[in-house]
Amino acid sequence: MSDTWVPAEVVTSEDVSRRPRRRSGGGGDLAMALVFIIPATIGFVVFYLYPSIRGFYFSLTRYNLLGSPHFIGVDNYVRLVNDKLFWNALLVTVEYVLINIGLQTILAVGIAVLMHRLTKSTLVRGLILMPFLISNVIAALLWFWLLDYQVGLVNEFISFVGLDRIAFFGDGKWAIPTIALVNVWRHMGYTALLVFAGLQTIPSYVYEAASVDGSTEWRSFWRITLPLLRPILALVLVITVTGSFQVFDTVAVTTRGGPVNASRVMQYYIVQKGFQQGEFGYASAISVILFIILAIVALVQLRLLRAGESDLA
Amino acid sequence: MATTTASLNSTAAVSAAPVKSHRRMGGGRIVAWTALIIIILVTLFPFYWMLRTALSTTNALFSDPAKLLPVEFTWGAFARVLGLATPAEARAEGGSGASVQFFLYLRNSAIFSIVATAGQVFCSALAAYAFARLKWPGRNIVFFLFLTALMVPPIYTALPNFILIKNLGLLNTFPGLIAPYFFMTPFAIFFLRQFFLGLSQEIEEAAKLDGAGHWRIFFQIILPMSSAPLVTLGILTFINMWNEYLWPLLVGTGENTRVLTVALGVFRTQSPQSGPDWAGLMAAVLIAALPLLILFFAFAKRIVNSIGFSGMK
Repeated sequence: MSDTWVPAEVVTSEDVSRRPRRRSGGGGDLAMALVFIIPATIGFVVFYLYPSIRGFYFSLTRYNLLGSPHFIGVDNYVRLVNDKLFWNALLVTVEYVLINIGLQTILAVGIAVLMHRLTKSTLVRGLILMPFLISNVIAALLWFWLLDYQVGLVNEFISFVGLDRIAFFGDGKWAIPTIALVNVWRHMGYTALLVFAGLQTIPSYVYEAASVDGSTEWRSFWRITLPLLRPILALVLVITVTGSFQVFDTVAVTTRGGPVNASRVMQYYIVQKGFQQGEFGYASAISVILFIILAIVALVQLRLLRAGESDLA
Repeated sequence: MATTTASLNSTAAVSAAPVKSHRRMGGGRIVAWTALIIIILVTLFPFYWMLRTALSTTNALFSDPAKLLPVEFTWGAFARVLGLATPAEARAEGGSGASVQFFLYLRNSAIFSIVATAGQVFCSALAAYAFARLKWPGRNIVFFLFLTALMVPPIYTALPNFILIKNLGLLNTFPGLIAPYFFMTPFAIFFLRQFFLGLSQEIEEAAKLDGAGHWRIFFQIILPMSSAPLVTLGILTFINMWNEYLWPLLVGTGENTRVLTVALGVFRTQSPQSGPDWAGLMAAVLIAALPLLILFFAFAKRIVNSIGFSGMK
């Protein structure tokens, strides 16, 4: 195992097409290519394409998983509009995403800049990444313990300082922020490493020039780092926001949507409807909406942050 | 970076304040290092607390919740979680009598993660080869089509895929659990294609002159030359598979296909609400996290370095 593999992003297809090649013309390697892509095509058609179409069809049916789907047109969508729990789920999910992404992005950029300016140590990066290695379920259970009302360490500290204990998972006000924070803890290191990789694309002469011109670290951050990081930050945001909208694991092992409906996020609501309450068609309709929301959010982000353009030209 | 000379014709960016620039970094660096160390502590401390709690006696935790060392040190929590303690012993230490059939679930997690990872990496490598090194009509269109699958949120396809697996009679079987991950992910194909595009054409041409077909080129030249990115992709995929929760929760509900993440969720619900078996829960969480932590320490450098824009999920 050599440690010298070239990062894939520096290699573009041009490197290949520039080379002269002898071609026998016509279909080229078509027959061979078909053989090579057969397994992946099976996977794509059976587990991505077909379910994508079928999922939309299910959303137009009444289906309790036992009988066969019964076509009912757009009834599920009409019902959605009047479903208070659906709107609640959407609202709660958005609240989660805002807290989760807001904090995570700020912390990740902060950590990445600190590492960039202080140390390139693999050890530090490895330590920062550790929470990402354990599953959402484990992170959730670990914090469930740390934040326990009676004997959790955090509440011990809070009462030691003289404040009132907080029912982090048991209080409707706190449930979503708490779940968001748990996932910030798990993901911030990973996000920081993505941003860190982005920082390394900024040539150091830019900073040297700024420093010669008397710019402070603080000013350089706002005037150089952040603007030049924008395209990468945009990609990171598209990926983290999309992931964040699909929060499920943490809710499933801690609050289970509660207290009352305080943390019944969209994906949890979908799974509950589909698999616990036998309303598979309705659950499919909600998942179609989630899909559309994610697509719109991704497009808007790419547009607003002009992810495709770099200022480093 | 020690330059302190402010250029004479300093630009408008320089404020009225006297320019001292990086002289002050001595103090600044201390603050920055302090911030980084705090972040690392926040990242790592919960892991220590996991260990400390797992080595404590549950009943004693309530009397001394903030003690930094294990309270009434015992291996009992591990013993009862692994089913090595009698129910009487377990209850005496505050356990519920419930155990995690750890070795069974470990086996299940291992089968699920290893087979899914191996299949995915291999099938994706085949397809990536066809997309990167073979010439055939429609190549780019098919590749683009595969990439669109990146947009589809997992929950959206999980619902119809569940129906498919159910109708095929594959619920609670490893094939049902593994199938959706086995053949491809758009990311894996994209990642490997990028790498294959950059491999030198010359060796391949030479092999062709020697009469080697595409199979031989793929197995004897392309795969060995790509061992580093294949391993990197394999590790990243394995981590994701090991931490997967929703799909195994839906499909692998029976004992014989239940993976560790799902088992932990079940273990948590078996724990009594009043006075949960915290030591047992943390012991369970710790041993469930252990395989990945070991993998991480073995491959830390590779994992850390793989997270950049080529290794982005």
